[in-house]
Amino acid sequence: MVKDMGLKLVVIGAGMASGRALEQLFETAPDAYDVTLFNAEPRGNYNRLMLSPVLSGEKTYEEIVTHDDAWYEENNVTCRFGEKVLKIDRARKVVVGENGEVPYDKLVLGMGSNPFMIPLPGHDLEGVIAYRDLEDTNRMIDLGAKPGAKAVVIGGGLLGLEAAAGLKMRGVDVTVVHIMGHLMERQLDEAAGYLLRKALVDRGITVMCSANSKEIVGEDGHVKALKLDDGTELPCDLLVMAVGIRPSIALGQDAGLAVGRGIHVDDQMVTSDADILALGECVEHDGAVFGLVAPLYDQAKVIAKTLAGEEAKFVNKEVSTKLKVTGCDLFSAGDFADGDDREDIVFRDPSRGVYKRLVLKDNVVIGAVMYGDTADGNWFYNLIKDGEDVSEMRETLIFGPAFQGGAAADPLAAVAALPADAEICGCNGVCKGQIVSAIEGGATTLDDVRAQTKASGSCGTCTGLVEQVLAVTLGDDFVLPTSKSVCGCTDLTHEDVRRLIKSQELKSQPAVWQELGWNTPNGCHVCRPAINFYLLADWPLEYKDDPQSRFVNERNHANIQKDGTFSVVPRMWGGITTPDELRAIADAADKYNVPTVKVTGGQRIDLLGVKKEDLPSMWYDLNQAGMVSGHAYSKGLRTVKTCVGTDHCRFGTQDSTGLGIKLEKMLWGSWTPHKVKLAVSGCPRNCAEATCKDVGIICVDSGYEVSVAGAAGMDVKETELLAKVATEEEAIELTAAFIQIYRENAKYLDRGYKWVAKVGLDWVKEQVVDDLEQRKALFERFELSQSIYRNDPWAEHVSEKADSYQPLANLTLEAAE
Amino acid sequence: MSWIDVGSIDQIPVRGARILKTAVGCVALFRTSEAEVFATSDRCPHKGGPLSDGIVHGKSVTCPLHNWVFSLETGEAQGADEGQIATYPVRVENGRIIIDGTQLAKRTAA
Ligand code: SRM
Ligand SMILES: Cc1cc2nc3c(=O)[nH]c(=O)nc-3n(C[C@H](O)[C@H](O)[C@H](O)COP(=O)(O)OP(=O)(O)OC[C@H]3O[C@@H](n4cnc5c(N)ncnc54)[C@H](O)[C@@H]3O)c2cc1C
Ligand code: SF4
Ligand code: FES
Repeated sequence: MVKDMGLKLVVIGAGMASGRALEQLFETAPDAYDVTLFNAEPRGNYNRLMLSPVLSGEKTYEEIVTHDDAWYEENNVTCRFGEKVLKIDRARKVVVGENGEVPYDKLVLGMGSNPFMIPLPGHDLEGVIAYRDLEDTNRMIDLGAKPGAKAVVIGGGLLGLEAAAGLKMRGVDVTVVHIMGHLMERQLDEAAGYLLRKALVDRGITVMCSANSKEIVGEDGHVKALKLDDGTELPCDLLVMAVGIRPSIALGQDAGLAVGRGIHVDDQMVTSDADILALGECVEHDGAVFGLVAPLYDQAKVIAKTLAGEEAKFVNKEVSTKLKVTGCDLFSAGDFADGDDREDIVFRDPSRGVYKRLVLKDNVVIGAVMYGDTADGNWFYNLIKDGEDVSEMRETLIFGPAFQGGAAADPLAAVAALPADAEICGCNGVCKGQIVSAIEGGATTLDDVRAQTKASGSCGTCTGLVEQVLAVTLGDDFVLPTSKSVCGCTDLTHEDVRRLIKSQELKSQPAVWQELGWNTPNGCHVCRPAINFYLLADWPLEYKDDPQSRFVNERNHANIQKDGTFSVVPRMWGGITTPDELRAIADAADKYNVPTVKVTGGQRIDLLGVKKEDLPSMWYDLNQAGMVSGHAYSKGLRTVKTCVGTDHCRFGTQDSTGLGIKLEKMLWGSWTPHKVKLAVSGCPRNCAEATCKDVGIICVDSGYEVSVAGAAGMDVKETELLAKVATEEEAIELTAAFIQIYRENAKYLDRGYKWVAKVGLDWVKEQVVDDLEQRKALFERFELSQSIYRNDPWAEHVSEKADSYQPLANLTLEAAE
Repeated sequence: MSWIDVGSIDQIPVRGARILKTAVGCVALFRTSEAEVFATSDRCPHKGGPLSDGIVHGKSVTCPLHNWVFSLETGEAQGADEGQIATYPVRVENGRIIIDGTQLAKRTAA
């Protein structure tokens, strides 16, 4: 510790690096120095990284200030903001500012860097700016206020693209001009650059690669256009140059310090003058210069220790890059140039726009580029940093941590599996362990964690990960704000999966697992039934239903009971039965010792307590009497309840029983996202309870009122009128079309009413009521699917699978021998 | 050990199961992939669910009654649930399923 008080420390530049250094210094040695802080910008420290969200309007300047007046006062910092340092006089140990001299005992240089301006003709015109500070940012924001404003950004790197995206969000018409063949060529390879470009073009930004700027054209001293060497002229009101930075070395050089590309520093951040230290983008350490904030924070820690008289050593680590443009998810780390001694592992999912590439050398990952899905970025980054031998997991490496070692149980498994020293926040160098200790010390929200650890406090791209660490550590007490994925095997939502199955024409489960990047070898009990349904609903002819992906009831075509026996419900079309059928049911009940025979709430009879081995022969008997499966177990058509209607009832207006039977004969055997129940009542007295069904039809004198989206289970919901139609044929076609559109679109296990609430009844009406062609097409697709599925599964199992209901072998006999 | 041939692997669908009746109760045979079979007790320690009727995924099975998941390799319940099912030595040779009979005979059952 430095003991003697009142040493004078002067800091030049209130930037990202020096700000952090002062924080660290005041923590380590609060009273060691009297500090004077110069800053050429007319303000104190703020988070420069966050200028992009300020530009795009996602944040305000006030929100990105890192040190306010109170902080400087509390720490006795004499602020000389808006004052540039002109000279360092090492002989007299003073710095000369625009407003006078200040003596120093120790001096810290943190001048950052200067944006490089290509010396094109016209580069000094009014309206040609860089992208470095708040002034530049405000210039761009102001441009957004001008109707029809146009801007050109020269440079398709990190900064240029953030500028372009921000300008676009401000309503400016933007063109990016990039000299190289693809965007961000220093961080991305061609494939990732291509995907990025596509994403930017999609949001309306014009991107020109391999484009050479020749001249900036002006009018009355103000920029008017950019001219390319092929003659193209791009009109603009503002021209942003974001082509690179050069370390600010002038002050140091003039003072006679050792400089190269930057001001030379040693491992302790000391320059060639023992009393002058330097950090940030203005320095050169061991041949390296800097452009991202993570290593600068490490330098800040070291410089604070050096100033406090403690031991410390700066080690330059690999950095990773992300782009702060909402919706463009990219990640890059390490070295990914091609080479003979290198091996590539590539994973592409064109449908999701996902590209991942790992570069290996001697079984160690040395580079990673990802686009579209960067969830595993930090895991790869840690592999690169640690130089871990990956030969053991070579085959599955690209699928990320969740895949390693087989089945992963949940989407947080990847984060849960990270070791404590895995870096979560690259900007601030915060590891998982620090976040976990903060949480264990009482932090329960993202803001708490940010306040205590600084994690996600800078560029914010690790917010999702920090939230996942919160979720992993706090369990149910933390609700992840992301959209819900199907299950732990994927991060995709049901909606995503359904869409991709159609758009990518995925026609088998392995295709889904592979193309959509499942992180388990073959799914789990949650996703498999859903995927199986989606595939058979979308590709009825090509895809073959997979019994192994069905819940027990649907696999065994009977409802399992709590004691492992089953219940058997034969179909009774529209609730109509005959003495012969009843006799056959009674016989079966006797023959197979059925303990309970019950009339169900669905107008038919349930035989409960049947042993699994007996199912095929019981079904055989029922089949002989003309009865088929009632699918009382299925996410599919259950029952069509009817009332007696015109046949007998004095109020009946139409043949409700007959229509019910026709509907059941059309619909039976079909699989749906959740169960589907219908009812047809002969008049508005509604004895068949049609107003609480998925589809309910009320017959009236003038026709049929077809209503949908009702239920009477855990929620009781009255149906809503879909349409009133005049004829029975129309009622039937409309019903089938409604069920088909539900089959094609709903999330698995969304009952009809839940799905309708999501898409809106109006949308459904547009498709099946107003658009007659669409209604017909839906009806035809339903019929096509039914050409496969309108079948009695009992009969099929009796003839083809009866054996599988018996034990494979009986060893009790053998053991007795 | 006394190895017993109990049937052909083709009699079990991939990601499916069949049961064996034995002196120690029903034993479930799970086929997890083309050529891999596991044998465990068929009885879920939770409430007795027939595990052979569950969904097989990876090297695990999910009980059909209340969705407990068991590793077929170790017999251990996965995730938050605690429980253990017995596992039995079994192997596949030339498409035949061969199980160790000594463990399945009543007298050695603990
Ligand atoms: C057998 C039966 C009860 C009875 O003895 O009457 C029954 C039995 C079961 N119902 Fe039901 N429901 C039966 C009519 C109903 C009805 C009445 C109706 O259909 O008019 C309803 C309310 C109407 C509705 O669905 O909107 C009904 C609403 C439910 C629900 C809640 C559904 C919902 O969306 O909220 C479930 C749970 C589920 O499906 O997730 C359910 C689930 C079940 C299950 C399958 C529970 C299970 O997973 O084991 C029961 C199977 C018992 C068994 O082993 O057989 N059951 N269940 C009825 C069979 C009707 C049939 O002939 O197919
Ligand atoms: C828009 C934008 C987005 C960025 N996004 C990211 C990102 O996402 N991730 C990342 O890691 N990095 C990002 N960076 C880079 C990061 O901001 C810099 O690496 C970092 O700010 C450098 O810190 P520094 O302290 O060295 O310099 P600076 O933060 O630039 O601070 C230097 C300060 O010194 C002052 N100064 C210079 N000369 C003098 C003088 N003679 N007298 C007085 N004062 C002087 C300057 O006015 C300036 O305020 C971004 C940069 C910009 C501009
Ligand atoms: S109401 Fe509940 S207990 Fe009764 S049959 Fe339906 S699900 Fe079973
Ligand atoms: S009986 Fe197996 S989970 Fe309940």
